[in-house]
Amino acid sequence: MDLAHSLRLIAPEETLSIASLVLLLVAAWSGDKASRLISILAVAVLVGCMALVAPALCYGLSGPDVAAFGGQYRADAFAAFAKLLIYGSSAAALIIAPAFFDRLGQMRAEYPVLILLAALGMGMMASAGDLLTLYIGLELNSLASYVLAALLRNDGRSAESGLKYFVLGALASGILLFGVSLVYGFTGTTSFAGINAALSGNLAAGALFGIVFVLAGLAFKIAAVPFHMWTPDVYEGAPTPVTTFFATASKASALALLMRVSLEAFGSQADAWRQIVIFAAIASIVVGALGAIGQSNIKRLMAYSSINNVGFVLIGLAVATPQGAAAMLTYLVIYIAMSLGGFVAILMLKDEDGRPLEAIADLSGLSRTRPGLALALAMIMFSLAGIPPLFGFWGKFVVFQAAVQAGFVALAAIGIAASVIGAFYYIKIVKIMYFDEPVDTVRGRSDWAHTALLVITAVFMSPLGYLLTKWLDGLAQTAASVLFLAA
Amino acid sequence: MIGIEHYVVVSSILFVLGVLGIFLNRKNIIVILMAIELILLSVNLNLVAFSAFLHDLTGQIFAMFVLTVAAGEAAVGLAILVIYFRSRGTIAVDDANRMKG
Repeated sequence: MDLAHSLRLIAPEETLSIASLVLLLVAAWSGDKASRLISILAVAVLVGCMALVAPALCYGLSGPDVAAFGGQYRADAFAAFAKLLIYGSSAAALIIAPAFFDRLGQMRAEYPVLILLAALGMGMMASAGDLLTLYIGLELNSLASYVLAALLRNDGRSAESGLKYFVLGALASGILLFGVSLVYGFTGTTSFAGINAALSGNLAAGALFGIVFVLAGLAFKIAAVPFHMWTPDVYEGAPTPVTTFFATASKASALALLMRVSLEAFGSQADAWRQIVIFAAIASIVVGALGAIGQSNIKRLMAYSSINNVGFVLIGLAVATPQGAAAMLTYLVIYIAMSLGGFVAILMLKDEDGRPLEAIADLSGLSRTRPGLALALAMIMFSLAGIPPLFGFWGKFVVFQAAVQAGFVALAAIGIAASVIGAFYYIKIVKIMYFDEPVDTVRGRSDWAHTALLVITAVFMSPLGYLLTKWLDGLAQTAASVLFLAA
Repeated sequence: MIGIEHYVVVSSILFVLGVLGIFLNRKNIIVILMAIELILLSVNLNLVAFSAFLHDLTGQIFAMFVLTVAAGEAAVGLAILVIYFRSRGTIAVDDANRMKG
């Protein structure tokens, strides 16, 4: 395993880090007027990185051939699957940003650079084969994300959301690290494979504490109950393109990391952590559904919706079978498309002067003033609720199918029952748009990039999405099977 | 004779103090930053103690990385705090309530 081979394997990370440093220099040199050029270059870099990682997924690579630096880093099919999602949604967050920031005169050249750095950290999280790589990737992503949340310097809400995200994110990292130190102390190694081997057999109390702390820290990052309280504030206060980034790319990378750690490193002790994950899953579904009911701000509503959806993904993790992991990945792809579409639709809600509208009351009678936008938003809401003809149903279906086949019938039943509570507030939005008196505040013109992305996600969510199920399930199974090689 | 348990107990106490510092502190945000540093230092103590106990260098290398990241984290945290202070004119914890629900 020579250095040249390792360097070849980390090609996407090298590309991203060199590109972000060069673009940072360009940003420092020519200031904010170059921000559009830097955004375009950053999107090109992300697309290039997607092309670099795609072969690993197509060929289903795994094993020692794709482990770089003595197993610290893996360029296997699972990492490739997660990275395609991460880089794709980072590129989407770059494409939707200019129309939002330009109106405020705040399109800063740092924005694309920070997104690239965060995407680099997320890619490292998905590829981690060692607790050290995990930590560095997580922090690289988090530090860039804190700054992104506070990007609108003269908006008090943005600064407050950045501050809250920083304090709770740093606490989460601290809890995770304490768990990492305990796991290291009780297993004597930091590599996932080594930990998996050391943990098989009787579990020491200290190692169990370590596992619980690590999972608690990661639960913060994916916004699972009981560590969800930062989510609504951060989603509401952060600039909407940044919120989109948090709801898609950050969510995908944190879930990929959680899968890697719990199935690869702690896979031999699945019975020890299953209870915790089941609790977090059911609590997230219920709290996400109940918390959303009284909200009047649509970004807060989407935050609770993301908590709710994480619960469904965690059901797949609690099952801890290859099928459950594949179901998680399928759900994640569909969820990311839905939440991307949802936030793009929110970005398109603007009044006559182009000011963004966030109150749910502004949606009243949208079907009469903006029928196309109302139809897309209604489809997203029905899809998030998991109502059958739309593609959102498929994600829930595969997760529950995996749970039932592994014998977790009660868990699946509770999940299905709780998803009915969630349907209430999604359908309420549709009712407000279609049956309330029009207030006619949404009059702003839409950016072509927003319209294009909304159409793409809406087509993906429509029943046409089912044409992709075979292909999507095949890829998800290839990616998920990598995690179970050691066990 | 001071054994590994003593180190783990001390670092656990430091960790709990740090977490309590974040949740019980009602005064100002600088104290929260100090509490975060305390948590990271307790982790470092743990890592170095385990590293010496196991005769394995990984823990000490890990501690170096944690130190570096902690410095970066403090820098980012203070920068966000400055932005927050400029827009609000206060750094009291109880005043961070512009958003509710």
